[in-house]
Amino acid sequence: MDTDLSLAGLATGLRERSFSSVELTAALLAQIAERNPQLNAFITVTADEALQQAAAADAALAGGASSALCGIPLAYKDIFCTRGVRTTCGSRMLEEFIAPYDATATARLAAAGAVMLGKTNMDEFAMGSSNENSHFGAVANPWDDTRVPGGSSGGSACAVAAGLAPAALGTDTGGSIRQPAAFCGVSGLKPTYGRVSRYGMVAFASSLDQAGVFARSAADIATVLPHMAGFDPLDSTSSEHEDPWLDACTTQPLGTARSGRIGLPKQYFRDLGVTEASLQSACRVLEASGFELVDVSLPHVDAAIPCYYIIAGAEASTNLSRYDGVRFGHRCDNPQSLEDLYRRSRSEGFGAEVKRRILTGTYALSVGYYDAYYLKAQKIRRLIQQDFLAAFADVDLIIAPTTPDIAFKRGDLVDDPVAMYQQDIYTIPASLAGLPAMSIPCGTHRGLPLGLQLIGPHFAEKRLLETAASFQQQTDWHQQRPGQNPQAADSGSET
Amino acid sequence: MSWESVIGLEVHVQLATNSKIFSGAPTAFGAEPNTQACVVDLGLPGVLPVLNEEAVRMAVKFGLAIGAEIHPYSVFDRKNYFYPDLPKGYQISQFEQPIVGRGSLTVHVEGCEPQQVGITRAHLEEDAGKSIHDAYAGLTGIDLNRTGTPLLEVVSEPDLRTAAEAAAYFRQLHSLVRYLKICDGNLAEGSMRCDANVSVRRVGDPELGVRAEIKNINSFRFVEMAITYEIERQIELLESGGTVARDTRLYDAERNETRSMRSKELSNDYRYFPDPDLLPIELDQSFIDAVAADLPELPEAKLKRYVAQLELSDYDAAWLTQDPEVAEFFEAVFAQAGNAKLAANWVMGELSAALNKAELSIAESPVPAATLGELLQRIADGTVSGKIAKGLFDTLWQSGGDVDTIIASEGLQQVTDSGEIQAMVDEIVAANPDQVAQFLSGKDKVFGFFVGQVMKASKGKANPAQVNELLRAALKK
Repeated sequence: MDTDLSLAGLATGLRERSFSSVELTAALLAQIAERNPQLNAFITVTADEALQQAAAADAALAGGASSALCGIPLAYKDIFCTRGVRTTCGSRMLEEFIAPYDATATARLAAAGAVMLGKTNMDEFAMGSSNENSHFGAVANPWDDTRVPGGSSGGSACAVAAGLAPAALGTDTGGSIRQPAAFCGVSGLKPTYGRVSRYGMVAFASSLDQAGVFARSAADIATVLPHMAGFDPLDSTSSEHEDPWLDACTTQPLGTARSGRIGLPKQYFRDLGVTEASLQSACRVLEASGFELVDVSLPHVDAAIPCYYIIAGAEASTNLSRYDGVRFGHRCDNPQSLEDLYRRSRSEGFGAEVKRRILTGTYALSVGYYDAYYLKAQKIRRLIQQDFLAAFADVDLIIAPTTPDIAFKRGDLVDDPVAMYQQDIYTIPASLAGLPAMSIPCGTHRGLPLGLQLIGPHFAEKRLLETAASFQQQTDWHQQRPGQNPQAADSGSET
Repeated sequence: MSWESVIGLEVHVQLATNSKIFSGAPTAFGAEPNTQACVVDLGLPGVLPVLNEEAVRMAVKFGLAIGAEIHPYSVFDRKNYFYPDLPKGYQISQFEQPIVGRGSLTVHVEGCEPQQVGITRAHLEEDAGKSIHDAYAGLTGIDLNRTGTPLLEVVSEPDLRTAAEAAAYFRQLHSLVRYLKICDGNLAEGSMRCDANVSVRRVGDPELGVRAEIKNINSFRFVEMAITYEIERQIELLESGGTVARDTRLYDAERNETRSMRSKELSNDYRYFPDPDLLPIELDQSFIDAVAADLPELPEAKLKRYVAQLELSDYDAAWLTQDPEVAEFFEAVFAQAGNAKLAANWVMGELSAALNKAELSIAESPVPAATLGELLQRIADGTVSGKIAKGLFDTLWQSGGDVDTIIASEGLQQVTDSGEIQAMVDEIVAANPDQVAQFLSGKDKVFGFFVGQVMKASKGKANPAQVNELLRAALKK
């Protein structure tokens, strides 16, 4: 059977009984079984549970269930706690951790009838831009398995790109959805901070973490988002912002935007490097669609990377204090004293990058350094937020590259953390400002995908998705699949 | 030159909310270990704190009661340190921006003028669990039931000068939080725990001495004893040419001494920073006004009212207002009896003695306030004498019952019929000519003999005032 359909197509197929959810799920599980040994996109495949959930969904569909997600198989980044199924967060620390509760986001999707295929690979504790920091091994980029899929949600991006799941959940703290979406040639949305509950999502940096969706199109993302978004009394930072459009998304197809002002930050467009050709052609497509392109300035984005690594590190350093070997998670053998228990459990349980972030974050919060690092970073964060607010007084959306380059080779940056951190140069500012942002395929370079990033004002997901949908009506970049003679596709095509 | 001690107290007040400050788990004391800790209390991955609004209301109530500034914007911070009974590896507290700002409390030390003690701040925080070091040989048990119990930490200014003042302050705080019904005040269960910062200096010295912190004192008496010991220790040390080290000490009640726990120099860097999982507390005036409208009469105001309106002595008023349950009981007795002094005497005397003997709290009194009030009413209106009333009180204590019914059935009514008393007086006077002669020769003391005889003849029921009057008249004849 053809599993490479849009979510709307799959939903129609299920409703018209062209295939059952069990058949669809089984077909995807078969592909996962075949491809995962090479791709390593999944840490845990929940085949039995998936087939049970699919059977339940088929029964619900037979009973007239109306949810567009009923019976649709999804993959979840292994950062979402799932009751009874282990949640590793890519770490040895949580290798055997089984949560007695569900994350709100995945619980809501389950309530809408979605089927969980399994838990996808990720950089340990979501710290990384290449998915090389996983205790469960690196993930391959389906376009070129010597290259990284991006991170930290590399497994989810890979699964969607390789056709192992029609859509997947990720989380984005500084670019962890957008960057792997760009590298893997799929669409990825990081919603506004607070749009989706963080409850049950293993915390990295609480003021930045946000759950989002990978799919093959903006329309597919719009099908999933409303079923996981919305206020959650279990998360004080989730937003009570009401959005009738989101509810409407559950029953109506996504519209397309045809007009508006789009800002091009001059700090980014000065030197686009390898992304130049695809970004410029994306601009022409948007102009031809009716958008007006104007220059905007984000004067403080140069400071975004150090600001981000201080704030995210500071929050992570204390968020990860609970992994102490006392109540759950990895515990060293034969601890000789309390200090020995802490020292060895944490030394053994955490990987190198996690340790680096804990150390830098601890340093930034220490007496004598707090003002110079943490407080200064908070000030920079406010300046960056103000930059965006000022820009959005003039434009409806901002576009930028998602990444500075195509997916890099595995191993190329592992010894140079600062170069690795530079990968997030375009994605971090929107994270610091809590803005919704997405990446959609906009071209290729040397046969590998590149992403166009769209950044909107707070809670402007509708504008983002409808603009992306318009772009995806005009282009077919999002329909290209790995293994389809990628070199030939470089010139791109406008439909 | 003499020494002066400088004392400040930090008191942790356990707020009497039904559920924890950041989770829905119950706060009841004494459950089986680790049965009252939910996934949030356990600090499992991905769980998040959600603030209990009741804890905020209680903090605001306290702030208003001490005349403090209520900060409309306050922030929760993480205090980071590793300990096995601290599941998240940090305690959620308030560091730079507490909910309650500067206020004060009036403290009464016997024999001194009432004193205003400054309160620097009060902030909300969560309690840690308990480490149990003595239950398993060579191992430490962890009980996380207490984890996340809401605390209000009340920090005083270093305004206290003696151990007695410190104990009086702690008592006054205890009284206040019970009036406000924000804490059950159960010291034995750790509902209020006190840390004392103590230093000494030469009288007149503007500089403060090096201070020691005595941790976790949980009774009024121990506060006084620990501080007394610590002051003496520091003075002895300084007088013998030594210096006081800045350290954290524990009070050992069995040996009545304080011992060093750890040196402050080695203390943690707690790396406080705002908790990104919680929004700042933003209070609007209407919330604060609603809490203010709900404040009960506070102990200090009640004390002043008892003195001014009920004409009680300062001592009686302070005694009766210390414990809100006592004050409530007294007011119910007074409402029925109509005589404040009589009500005060009985509550502080007869009732208090009986309760102490039976080891009961006033709320557990077998004689309800209304019943005691009726009894006193019968003294006030002359139905029974004070002496009869004491016997009647014993009956009520033992077997309960209705005051008027018992008076009627036991025939306890005071004899006020002057004819009846006159007959008894005449009989006694006639029967004791020798004593009459002694009285007439100037021996006034013999008068008491006659009163006793008449009372005995009346079985204690004759009105003593009438007996006096009629006896004097009869003997002068």
